[in-house]
Amino acid sequence: MINYLIRRLLYAIPILVGVNLLTFALFFVVNTPDNMARIHLGIKHVTPDAIAKWKHERGYDKPLMWNATAAGAQKAADTIFFEKSVRMFAFDFGRSDEGRNISYDIQTRMWPSLAIALPVFAIGLLVNITFAMLMAFFRATYIDFAGVVLCVAMMSISGLFYIIGGQYLISKLLHLTPISGFDGGLNAFKFVVLPVTIGVIGGIGAGSRWYRTIFLEEATRDYVRTARAKGLSELAVLFGHVLKNAMIPILTGAVVVIPLLFMGSLISESFFGIPGLGSYTIDAINAQDFAIVRAMVFLGSVLYIVGLILTDISYTLVDPRIRLE
Amino acid sequence: MKSLLSFVLLPLILAGCGASPWNSPYPAADEGRNIAYSSFTERPKHLDPAQSYSSNEIAFIGQIYEPPLQYHYLKRPYTLIPLAASELPKALFLDAQGKPLSADSAPEKIAYSVYEIHIKPHVRYQPHPAFARDAGGNFLYHHLQAPDLAKIHKLADFPQTGTREMEAADYVHEIKRLAHPKLNSPIFGMMSEYIVGLKEYAETLAKAQQALPPGGYLDLERYPLAGVEAVDRYTYRVKLKGKYPQFLYWLAMPFFAPVPAEADRFYGQPGMAEKNLTLDWYPVGTGPYLLSENDPNRRMVLEKNPHFHGENYPTEGEPGDAAAGLLKDAGKPLPFVDKAVFSLEKENIPYWNKFLQGYYDASGISSDSFDQAVRVAAQGETDVTEMMKAKGIRLQTTVTASSDYYGFNMLDPVVGGLSERARKLRQAVAIALDYDEFISIFANGRGIPAQGPLPPSIFGFRDGAAGINPYVYDWIGGKAKQKPVEYAKKLLAEAGFPEGRDAQTGRPLLLYLDITANGPDDKARLDWIRKQFQKIDLQLVVRNTDYNRFQDKIRRGNAQIFHWGWNADYPDPENFLFLLYGPNARVGKEGENSANYENPEFDRLFERMKNMDNGPERQLIIDRMVEIARRDAPWIWGFHPKQYALYHAWYRNIKPNLMANNGLKYVRIDAELRARERREWNRPVLWPLGLLALALGAAIVPAVVVYRRRERMAAR
Amino acid sequence: MMPFKLVLLWTDGLLWLLLALVGLYVWRVRRHEHLLQPWRRLSRSRSGVASAVILLAFVAVGVLDSLHFRLPLEKQAGGVVRHYSPEVLSVFDLLVGPLRKQPEKTYSAPFATQLYAKETIELPGGRQLRDYPRLKYGGAHLADPAGEQAGDIAATALEGGAWALVAGWGATLALVLWLARRRRISPGAAWSLVRHGRDEIPWRTFLGTVGMLILFACLAAAFSAKYHIFGTDKVGQDVFYLTLKSIRTGLMIGTLTTLVMLPFALLLGIMAGYFRGWVDDVIQYVYTTLNSIPGVLLIAAAVLILQVYMDSNQELFDTVAARADIRLLFLCIILGITSWTGLCRLLRGETLKLGEMEFVQAATAFGVGHFRIIARHILPNVMHIVLISIVLDFSGLVLAEAVLSYVGVGVDPTMQSWGNMINGARLEMAREPMVWWSLAAAFVFMFVLVLSANLFSDRVRDAFDPRMK
Repeated sequence: MINYLIRRLLYAIPILVGVNLLTFALFFVVNTPDNMARIHLGIKHVTPDAIAKWKHERGYDKPLMWNATAAGAQKAADTIFFEKSVRMFAFDFGRSDEGRNISYDIQTRMWPSLAIALPVFAIGLLVNITFAMLMAFFRATYIDFAGVVLCVAMMSISGLFYIIGGQYLISKLLHLTPISGFDGGLNAFKFVVLPVTIGVIGGIGAGSRWYRTIFLEEATRDYVRTARAKGLSELAVLFGHVLKNAMIPILTGAVVVIPLLFMGSLISESFFGIPGLGSYTIDAINAQDFAIVRAMVFLGSVLYIVGLILTDISYTLVDPRIRLE
Repeated sequence: MKSLLSFVLLPLILAGCGASPWNSPYPAADEGRNIAYSSFTERPKHLDPAQSYSSNEIAFIGQIYEPPLQYHYLKRPYTLIPLAASELPKALFLDAQGKPLSADSAPEKIAYSVYEIHIKPHVRYQPHPAFARDAGGNFLYHHLQAPDLAKIHKLADFPQTGTREMEAADYVHEIKRLAHPKLNSPIFGMMSEYIVGLKEYAETLAKAQQALPPGGYLDLERYPLAGVEAVDRYTYRVKLKGKYPQFLYWLAMPFFAPVPAEADRFYGQPGMAEKNLTLDWYPVGTGPYLLSENDPNRRMVLEKNPHFHGENYPTEGEPGDAAAGLLKDAGKPLPFVDKAVFSLEKENIPYWNKFLQGYYDASGISSDSFDQAVRVAAQGETDVTEMMKAKGIRLQTTVTASSDYYGFNMLDPVVGGLSERARKLRQAVAIALDYDEFISIFANGRGIPAQGPLPPSIFGFRDGAAGINPYVYDWIGGKAKQKPVEYAKKLLAEAGFPEGRDAQTGRPLLLYLDITANGPDDKARLDWIRKQFQKIDLQLVVRNTDYNRFQDKIRRGNAQIFHWGWNADYPDPENFLFLLYGPNARVGKEGENSANYENPEFDRLFERMKNMDNGPERQLIIDRMVEIARRDAPWIWGFHPKQYALYHAWYRNIKPNLMANNGLKYVRIDAELRARERREWNRPVLWPLGLLALALGAAIVPAVVVYRRRERMAAR
Repeated sequence: MMPFKLVLLWTDGLLWLLLALVGLYVWRVRRHEHLLQPWRRLSRSRSGVASAVILLAFVAVGVLDSLHFRLPLEKQAGGVVRHYSPEVLSVFDLLVGPLRKQPEKTYSAPFATQLYAKETIELPGGRQLRDYPRLKYGGAHLADPAGEQAGDIAATALEGGAWALVAGWGATLALVLWLARRRRISPGAAWSLVRHGRDEIPWRTFLGTVGMLILFACLAAAFSAKYHIFGTDKVGQDVFYLTLKSIRTGLMIGTLTTLVMLPFALLLGIMAGYFRGWVDDVIQYVYTTLNSIPGVLLIAAAVLILQVYMDSNQELFDTVAARADIRLLFLCIILGITSWTGLCRLLRGETLKLGEMEFVQAATAFGVGHFRIIARHILPNVMHIVLISIVLDFSGLVLAEAVLSYVGVGVDPTMQSWGNMINGARLEMAREPMVWWSLAAAFVFMFVLVLSANLFSDRVRDAFDPRMK
C-alpha cells in the first residue's frame, strides 16, 4: 500500500512537469510579456519605459525557456520558465502579476467555492441515487418509463437555462432568496440555497439515469436472482445486495471529482456572484494574469491526480478483495 | 382540505409579518441604517493614489483622499474650487532667467510657471497603525519583525492606531512618489514633461533603488525634487516648464493627494507586501470616508472618517437646482451617509433585478473601465415605465464628456491619407452610419450624435446650426439631419468606387473593421454596423480579436477601421483635440492619436490653442481646427453617450457630475422609506412551494399502487 | 460560365467528408448481415424511429445550409473578370428568402405588428407623437392590426394546416407505395400493415413524426411570410431565421469535433492497448496530462492562438464567413483535443481485452504483421464503441457550445449560434419589460435537438452494446 502510494506520487511528477510546460507554451505562444504588461498598466499614457520596468520587476524580462547568454546550468535556470515553475512544486505560488499573494487568495476563495460545490455534490449524489433506486425498484413499469423520459428531458436542457430560469423564478418572482452575492459564516446560508438547488436540479437528469443503468446491470446478476429466490423482499435485495455491489462504479465516478470540488464552478460562480476559485480563474484568464492561471492549472492537475489515487484507495475499502500493489 | 389550505397559507402569513425580506442580500442587522448601497463590476487593481487611474478605482479613493482642489458639485460648466487647499492657486510665470512675467505674457516667453498652494490647517488623517505611537512617542509598528507579523493578515489586526495633522510635505511626498521606481504611475511620463526635475529624479531614485539591498526601503525624504518644495508647514510650491494651465485640473485628481511618509515607511517593511499589506490595498487619507472593509472578491465598505475636518454642502448651484430640491441641505455638514457598501456584481441581470427589488440605490452607473470603448448598457426604457413610476424610480441623464467613435487608420492605403479620394470615401462611410438609429437601438435614445471631436460641456463646443458637421449633416427645420444615402453613394463614386466597386477593376471594395467583441451586446452591434455599410454597397469584414491583439494592431498601424472611445481626464478641449495631434500619433510615437491623423495645419493650430486661456480667441482657433478635422474625417465622429441613471425615491441630492469623483459625501438617504419599500416589494411568495409539495405528494400515490400490486404478485 | 461561384468552407468540406464516410458505412452495412443486425433492432424501437426522423430533419437543414456560394454582382464591369458578391450565401438562405430579407428596425415580439418600444413618430403635419411604430414587414398587410389580426392568424393557420394535410397524405401514400414495392405485396396489404402497426418497423410512429414535422414546416412557412414568428432581435433580424441558422453551428460542433479527434483516439488508443509496454506508458502519460488541465483554459488559449494566426494571415480570410468558419473549425479541433481522452481510454481497454482473445493470439503466432492484425481483427471489433461514443458525445457538445460562447471563447460573435443567442439574452432579460423570445427560441430548438439526440443515442447503445444482447 505505502509502496504503491509512493510510486503513484512519483509518477505524478512528470505529469505535473508536462502540465506546466503545456500551460507555459500555450500562454506564451499568444502572449508576449509586453502584452501582459500593457494589459496590467492600462492604456492611457503607457510608455515603453513603464513596460520595461513592469517586466523587470516580475522577472518577465528573461528569455522564455533557454538563456543563451548565461553560463552552464544557468542556461536553463535563468529563464522565465524555470524561475516561475520550480517554486510551484513546493506549493509556493508567489504573487500574482497584479501583486497579490496568490496562496492567500486561494485560501480565502476556496471556502465559498466549497460552500457551493460540496452541498451540490453531496445532496446531488443522495438525490440521484434515491431517484435511481426508485426507478430500479419500479423497473419495467410506467413509473420507471416516466422517470427515464423525465431524466432525458432534464439533461437536454442547457445548464444556462437552469440558472437563468431559477434566478428569475425563485428570486425575482417569488422573493425567496437573494439573487446573487455571498457572505461569510452562517449568513452564507441564504446565498447558498439557490445555487445549490439549481446545481442539484441541473444534475438530476444525467446523474439519475447513470446510476439507474448501474443498478439495473447489478439487479440482473445471478446472485441477485438467488437472493430473490430465497424469498428476500425486493427492498432488502435492493439495499442489501444491489446498492452494496454498485458502490464500485459509483465510487469511480464520485471520488475522482471530490478534490476538484475545490476548483469551483466557472459558470454558476460568476452568475451568482460567488467569490470562489472558479470565478478567480475566469477573471485571471480575462485579465491575462499568467501567475494566477498557472497556479490554478497546477492546482487543478494536482487535485486531479489526488482524485485518481483516492479512487484506488476507496476501491480497497469497499471491496477487500482488491489489493494495491 | 381546510387543514391543507392553512398548511399552504400559514407560512405566507407568517412571512408577511416578518421583519426582514428573505431575499435581502444584506445582514438583517443593517436594515434601516443609514447606508448607501451600490456595486462594482471588477476588482479594483490599484488603490494607491499614484497608480490608480480607472474610474472603478477612483470611485473608492476619491472618497478617501483629498487632493488640493475639487469640482463644484452643482455648478455647470464645471468649476474648480478648493478642497484641501485654502484657495485656488494662481500661476506665477517666470522667464528663462527666473524673472517674473505678467499674467498676459506671450506663451513662448514663459519658461516656467510656479504654483504656490496653501493648504488648510488642522486637517487630520484617518486612524491608521502607521501613526500609532507608544507612550514614549516612538512609532509602534515601524520596526516589525517576522514574528510580529505572524498573526497579522489584515490591517485591522494591528490593535493600535494613531493620527497626525496633514502637512504640505505630504503633498510633496506624493509628487515624489510619481517617480518611484517600484510604482508605475500612469501619469509619470506625462508629468515628467512638465514638472521641473521629475525625470532626473526618477533616474536618481532608480539608481538609489539598485544600491539598496533587496527588500530595502527607499526613503524619498533623503532625495529632494528640484521642482517641488514645501515652503512651510501649510504651503508648497510646484514649478512647471512653460505654461500649462491644465495643471489645475490635475490638482483635482487623487494623483496629487497627500500621502504621509509614515505610511510608505510602514508598508515598506519586509514581509508586509507578502501579506497584501500595501498602500495599494489599504489607503490612508484625510477625506470624509475610510476604507473599513476591503474584500474585492465580495464587497468594499467605506465608513465615516472620525477625524474628518468637516465640510458643508454647497449653498449655491445652477438655476433650477433649488427647484429640483438640490439645495435643501445647503450649508449642512457633510457627509450625510454613515457607510457605503459596494458589492461585487459582475452580471447584468442580477444587478438590475436587485435594483428593482430595492437593494441597490441607483442603477446604470456603468463602471466602464476607463480604457475600453465607452459602452452604454441597454437597460430600461427611454421613459421610466409605469411599473417603475409606481415604485418612485427617477431617471436622470447628462451628456458625458466622452466620445464613442470609429476611427480610420490614416496610414492605411485604402481609407487613409489626406488625398481627395480617401477623404471622400471616409465622408461617404460617415454618412452611411445612421447614428440616430444607433442611439435609439443601442442606447435607448440616450446619446447625441457627435458633430466633431468635442462633446458638449467642453469649452469650444458649438450648439445648433453653427455646430453641425456640414460634411455629414444638413440643418433642416431646426434639426441636424444626416445627409441622404444617395449623397454618400455619389461621394463614393467620386472616390472611385461607384456602387462599392473599384471603377477600374470592377472588384468590390472590402473594408475591414477591427474590434474586440465578446460582450453579449456586441453581436447585435456588429450586425448593425454591417447593415450600415451595405446601405452604400460596401462590404465590411469584421476582424474580431482579443484586446491584446487589438492593441497590438493599433500600435503597429495594421488596423483599418476601428472602434474606440475616450473619456475626458479634465474638462478642457485640449484633452480631446490632442487625440488628433500629429506628433501624438500611435504608430512610432506611442501617443494617443490612434487614427495616426496628421495634418500640418491642424498641428500648428493645436500648438497655439493648447496653452491658451478660454476666450473668444481660443474659440476661433478651435473652430478652425474642428473644421479641418471634419473635412478630413479621420474619425466617424460617433456619438457622445449620455450617462443615465435610475434612482430610487429614497436616494437624494443626486446631480450627475462627470468630473468630480467625490460625490458620495453629498448623498442623502431616507433609510426608513427604503426599509419600508423593500419589505413591501419583497414579500416572499410561498404558495408555489406548497403546490410543489402537493404535486410530490400526489406522485406517491401511483408509486404506492404499483408497489402494492407487485407485493400481491410476489405473494401469489 | 457558372451563374454563381461555389464556396467550399473548411467545415463544409469536413461535413461532406463525414457524409461520404457515413455513405461508405451504409454501403458496407448493407452487405454484411451481422452489421445490419443492430440497425434492424434500432428500427424496431418507436423512440428510435421518431428521434431519428427529427434528427434527419435537423441534418437536412444543416446540410442545405452548408451548400455555400457567392452570387455574381448584378452589373458587371466591362472587363473579362467576373466579380462576385463578397457575401456568402447558402441554399438554405435562398429557400427561406423572405426571412432573411425582411429586417425590422429593432425588437418586436412574436407575431407583433408594432415595434416593442415606443418611438417619436413624426406626423405629416409636423406634430410629434410617441407611440409604437408599425413594423415594416410583420403584419404589414393588415390595415387595422388590432381588429384584423386574430382573424388573419386563424386564416393563415388554416391555410398552413391545409397544406400540411395535403403533404401529409402525400407522404403516407409515398410510404405505402414504397413499402408495397419493396415487400412485393399489394398496396392495400401494405396500407393495412402500416395502419395496424403489424410490421416490425413502427410505421405509425414514423408517419406521426413526419406528419408533425410537415405540420410545423407548413405553419412556419405560412406564418413567416406575414409575421415574425419568434419576433425580431435587437437589430431587427428575424429570430426564427437566426435559430434555424444556428442549427448548422450546433450540428457542426456536435459531429465535426468527434470526426477530427477520431483518428487520434483510434490510433493512440489501439496502439496503447496493442503494443503495451513503453508505448502504452507514453500514451497514458499524454492523456493524463491533457486531462488534468482545465478544459476552459485550453480552449481559451487555443482561440487566442487562432486569432494570432488569422491576424498574421489576413489575406486568407477575406470574407466574414471564412473568418467565422475557421474559428468554428478550430473550436471543433480544440474541443476534440480536450475530449478525445475518454474515447482513447475506452479503446485502449477494449484492445487490451481483444489482445487476449484467441483469434488475435493465433494470428500473432502465425506471424501476421501488426498492421494487418490491427486492421483485420482489432479495428472492426472496436467500431461499435466508436459509434456509441460519437452518438453519446453529440448532445454534450451541442450544450458545450452554448456554455463556451457564454464564457466568451465560443464561436465567432458574427456567427449564428444558440450560445450567442443565449449570451445576448443576458442583456435582454435585464430589460424592462423583458425580451424573452430569443431565449425561448434558442431553448426550444436546442431542447428538441438535444432531446432527440439523447433518445437516439440511448437506442443506439441498446442496439449495439453487446452486453445488452
